[in-house]
Amino acid sequence: MSLVELRNVSKIYRVGDEEIRALDDVSLDIETGEFISIIGPSGSGKSTLMHILGCLDSPTHGTIRLDDTLIERASPAQLAAIRNQKIGFVFQFFNLLPKLSVAQNVELPMIYAGVSSRERRERAMAALKMVDLENRSKHRPMQLSGGQQQRVAIARALVNRPKIVFADEPTGNLDSHTGETILHLFRELSQQGRTIVLVTHDPEIAAVTPRRIEIRDGKISQTVDAKLAGLDRLSPTPAP
Amino acid sequence: MDLWITITIGFKEIWAHKFRSLLTMLGIILGVASLVAMSALVKGMENGLREALVAIGGLEKVTVVEEDVPAWQQQLADQAPGITMRDVYALKDSAPMIKLITPEMRMRGPTVTRQGKAFHPWMIAGTWPSALEMNQHVIAHGRMFNEIDDESARSVCVIGTATRDELFGSPETTGQEIIPIGERININGHLFTIIGMFKHYESDQERKRRELEKNQPKEIKTGPARSRGYGGNRSSFVFRLKNSTIYLPMNTMWIKFRSTAGTNNIPDPRLSGLQLKVADSERMEPALQQARNVLMHTHHGIEDFEFRTQESWSENISQQIRHARVSRGIIAGISLLVGGIGIMNIMFASITERIREIGIRKAVGATTFSIFIQILVESIVIALLGGLAGLVTSYALVRVLAAMSPAENAPQITLASMALAFGFSAGIGVAAGLLPALKAAKLDPIEALRYE
Repeated sequence: MSLVELRNVSKIYRVGDEEIRALDDVSLDIETGEFISIIGPSGSGKSTLMHILGCLDSPTHGTIRLDDTLIERASPAQLAAIRNQKIGFVFQFFNLLPKLSVAQNVELPMIYAGVSSRERRERAMAALKMVDLENRSKHRPMQLSGGQQQRVAIARALVNRPKIVFADEPTGNLDSHTGETILHLFRELSQQGRTIVLVTHDPEIAAVTPRRIEIRDGKISQTVDAKLAGLDRLSPTPAP
Repeated sequence: MDLWITITIGFKEIWAHKFRSLLTMLGIILGVASLVAMSALVKGMENGLREALVAIGGLEKVTVVEEDVPAWQQQLADQAPGITMRDVYALKDSAPMIKLITPEMRMRGPTVTRQGKAFHPWMIAGTWPSALEMNQHVIAHGRMFNEIDDESARSVCVIGTATRDELFGSPETTGQEIIPIGERININGHLFTIIGMFKHYESDQERKRRELEKNQPKEIKTGPARSRGYGGNRSSFVFRLKNSTIYLPMNTMWIKFRSTAGTNNIPDPRLSGLQLKVADSERMEPALQQARNVLMHTHHGIEDFEFRTQESWSENISQQIRHARVSRGIIAGISLLVGGIGIMNIMFASITERIREIGIRKAVGATTFSIFIQILVESIVIALLGGLAGLVTSYALVRVLAAMSPAENAPQITLASMALAFGFSAGIGVAAGLLPALKAAKLDPIEALRYE
């Protein structure tokens, strides 16, 4: 069984009398350990898809099954718990809390998970170590460079041991060199067996993932599977 | 979600905006301080009034006064005996619920003279030694007359300090306290020996004023001294009357002034008043009924008397206090309310500032409820800190008030008012935080994350 099963999902917004189909009858499976990118121009519906996959939003029609849990018209509190336990987010603008230290930012998801303060500290330090920032734990986010901030955000996304990590344009706000190191980090994480979904408009970035899903006008227009196309020399195959 | 962490977050948020939080708290600080200070002032006033109530003899004192014969007994009017010593002895024998009985025979238009100085005291009364207890008098010098003085109708008297001040000189004018025990004075032409003097009665307020004036250098008086009206000082009515009282033994009064000095030299045995003290003030009604039964018997069924209790006086006091409490409470309540509005305003501004933060918190798993609690706790923390600071301020404020007008009744901070004010500030914290917290909690995470 797949980790994520999206079946006939539609998301319809109403603006005045007009009906906007942000997502139109999308079905998608994501397996555990997969490294996948969702690619599409702005307005294509890829953000909406990510929000629905990330349980920030619920679809108008259709069903999602995440880790054997059917998410259909879940209450906001249930969605919050799923986001907390099973999902990690990495955003384009890092979205760290400026008033908290790096370590406290990483601890944030565990606070809402009710983890004891001692365990929180240990796990936050371990996560920071994973992104090579354990010596910056007392700093404020603003004292770090963009790449470092994004690594803190990745540590925060991983700290609650989520089933799946969503990265929304994670390199969009970084220079190309830093962006590459971040992508490299994602690839390493993928090799460790984590499930990662990269959302981007840039085909070059999407190229690092073995599987690419292209969204256009709310529909999946093309799926490229590196393995099937024999393109997997670009990126290592995901660990089983 | 740990409550302790939420509270710490609240403190951090307040600490991050020190000046803004202080300004916000100021409303609550002033509100709490004014509420506590106001109630301290009211309490001080209450103490002053209760003092006066005690000075006139307390609640369980009842006065029996002569009344006109009721209309349906008019034909018996010439047989109405009035209140006499007969009633006193009857009550003493037959009304066990009456603890203390003091007859009082007053002199009309009394004049006291000594060496060319004259004084018209408020009251010269022939009475029993029990008058001391009845009217809460305290002998400061000499002694009260006793039963033997009464029995043998000796020409002795006990005076108050007002009489001493007028005839011998007050401590303020002579610079020393004159104790005129053993001196002789003229009361309506009869010589009396002073055997005792009451202490000087005054309210707390007057005592403080007097002590303050003692430390000030004396003004040099020029020109003739002018009288400033009754008694010549500014002391309050109740205490002034009490100070200008002169007591004589009952029999002395009867023999020297009443048995021959009636309008047509007809003896007048009627008492001007009869004071009773009820054994148990809780059982006032049955005690009065008992006294009434006895008196109806001695008066042959003619109801020419009436009982007067201090209740109306005490009710008056309570009412005054209630009014003061309500009006001052409203003022303090309004300032607390304004403080609460200030908190609500700043909480709204604060969450608008932090929409993105709320979005991030929601994205990593904060529930609607935990966001709600976080904002609410922040608001409560501000209000409680303001409340605590307000309590400290109120203490200082009361000290300042007391220092500014030392002659007034001392304001007294009560624990109840502190608890009330603190509770109010907590309540206002909750009320002011409710709407902003609700607004923050209902934010959509996607929109909050997109918010610039």
